[in-house]
Amino acid sequence: MSVLSPKSVLFTMLAVLAGLVSVSAIAADTPLKVGFVYVSPVGDAGWTSQHDAARREMEKALAGKVVTKYVENVPEGADAERVIRELAQSGYQLIFTTSFGYMNPTIKVAKQFPKTYFEHATGYKTDKNVGIYNARFYEGRYLAGIVAGKMTKSNIAGYVAAFPIPEVVMGINAFTRGMRSVNPNAVTKVVWVNTWYDPGREREAADTLISQGADVLTNHTDSTAVMQDAEAKKVYAIAYHSDMSKYGPHAQLTAVTHQWGAYYTKEVQAAIDGKWKPGSIWGGIREGMIRMAPFNPVVPKDVQDLVNRTAADIASGKFHPFTGPLSDNDGHERLAAGKVISDDALLKMDYYVEGVQGKLPATK
Amino acid sequence: MIEHAITLFALTLAAGTVLVFAALGELVTEKAGVLNLGVEGMMLVGAVAAFIVADQTGHAWLGALAGTLAGAALSLIFAVLTLSLLANQVAAGLALSLFGIGLSAFTGLSHVGHVIDPIAPLALPGLSDLPVIGRLLFAHSPFVYLSLLLFALVQWFLFGTRAGLVLRAIGESPQSAHAIGHKVIAVRYGAVTFGGACAGLGGAYMALAYAPMWTEGMTAGRGWIALALVVFANWKPWRVLAGAYLFGAVTLVQFQAQAMGVDVPSQFLAMLPYAATIIVLALISRDAVAIRRNAPASLGRAFHADD
Repeated sequence: MSVLSPKSVLFTMLAVLAGLVSVSAIAADTPLKVGFVYVSPVGDAGWTSQHDAARREMEKALAGKVVTKYVENVPEGADAERVIRELAQSGYQLIFTTSFGYMNPTIKVAKQFPKTYFEHATGYKTDKNVGIYNARFYEGRYLAGIVAGKMTKSNIAGYVAAFPIPEVVMGINAFTRGMRSVNPNAVTKVVWVNTWYDPGREREAADTLISQGADVLTNHTDSTAVMQDAEAKKVYAIAYHSDMSKYGPHAQLTAVTHQWGAYYTKEVQAAIDGKWKPGSIWGGIREGMIRMAPFNPVVPKDVQDLVNRTAADIASGKFHPFTGPLSDNDGHERLAAGKVISDDALLKMDYYVEGVQGKLPATK
Repeated sequence: MIEHAITLFALTLAAGTVLVFAALGELVTEKAGVLNLGVEGMMLVGAVAAFIVADQTGHAWLGALAGTLAGAALSLIFAVLTLSLLANQVAAGLALSLFGIGLSAFTGLSHVGHVIDPIAPLALPGLSDLPVIGRLLFAHSPFVYLSLLLFALVQWFLFGTRAGLVLRAIGESPQSAHAIGHKVIAVRYGAVTFGGACAGLGGAYMALAYAPMWTEGMTAGRGWIALALVVFANWKPWRVLAGAYLFGAVTLVQFQAQAMGVDVPSQFLAMLPYAATIIVLALISRDAVAIRRNAPASLGRAFHADD
């Protein structure tokens, strides 16, 4: 349903112009052209918003050495391929494609432009000139769970979730484990809204969870509706993607924020130096890709300290949020005591851990 | 249990009201024989106009007025295209939706992320505090009462006034209505504008009260659901109302079921509101003769006085 955004119209016009004016050869002193493809409008908060903030951060850090451009609201599929190709054609030498559904288009275009570098977020296919990057969002979720476990009075946390894919399930499970590490009686109630973005529906789901006793909410959807509803209904919430304290000055306890800036700066610098290599990065708190937003003053000091300590332990590798014993919510043991889950098992996670109510909708 | 039921009832009214506004407006438009598929676009333009005005002036109700007017203004473009220039209604309506989606995204750009004071549910001292009844009847968003008033008005106008009879006659046979001296084009202009105003008001309700914010495409397809509701409700206002609330109720019940941990796949539950609404409305409207009697016979066809 999305149409061309003003910026993509402008981009198309520029791309046509670029075709008319011959692109000058890449000289050492010309700035590196870096392109970004976004799945939604930049907006003020959310997934794309964080990527764009990172783009600006990188541009600032490498001022004079880069020129960046982004194309927003690009649907996954055929449109994405066209946009990525246009960027490559008009001389963008490093292109970040920031949504899972851009995986095949990125790989396809990359084969046609072997001299152009590509980086695809959250995918799993690489090539000679395609790297991938992703963040361990679950690490932040675990910390969020600790805060929720300490702050809930009803011992019920509400989770508004989009689609039952491993990425989202991993977050629910990490949150629940964090919460129960400090409050073994607390449970997580999940409502699946089956959309990434529908403020009305996200709010209805939040209302539902509140009506069933949840007094701390969090979400894995892309609008600020859950935070705003928490603020209006006077319950707590923990934001995801971005700091949303503006929308919930009293409600927001903290936020699990995505920080891509340092990574973008590093990769672009490598490309400038001629040292870029296709990597496969799954970074977390250690790499600075996940950061907790400042705590709401209602969060007691000892809870803040506990979260900070746990974050440091996760960063140093001393602690992993999925360390056994780990049981699913049917009581089956998934991981023996002392064992740490493998990345492969994380990326295929298709069960709820103990403490999540209900049954996970089948994904296959 | 009673507590749950009351909450569910209130949430249902709130969820259904978006659809009530948009669908009632479209019903009047269609009763005059005009099919305007631009509801989604008009809702979004209404939402963005309402939000911008509320944001700039600090008066949310002024925003609601602006949203209504913006929806009406957008529908006038459609009216000129299809009624004066005799463009194809389906094509023009689809174009209007796309245009409205783009226009709202563009004009709203600098207001994304702003926070306004939403229009809060009523809190009538005394009345709202009555046990059970207070929360059942007296504690909803003012928009909910407005939508019920709109329903009463539409019902009364269409089936209780001479002007409503003329409008329906034009929807049945514009040629005959024209022959006996009724101003077909003028009435259709009025009906289209009314539909646009209602859609705009529905959008305003979303942006000012239901999910108080502005983001691109925030109505998320409710305009299309409203269009479908009108057809499945067989062009009867009370069925539109029932359909809208049913849709809201089933959505919320499936959320409640999920939160309680009922073991049904969420994908199935997500489909339920659509399926249940279609099935129920199809069942109550299954009489083929009644359908033919209620469907405006000239729906979607252009009219020109020389025909």
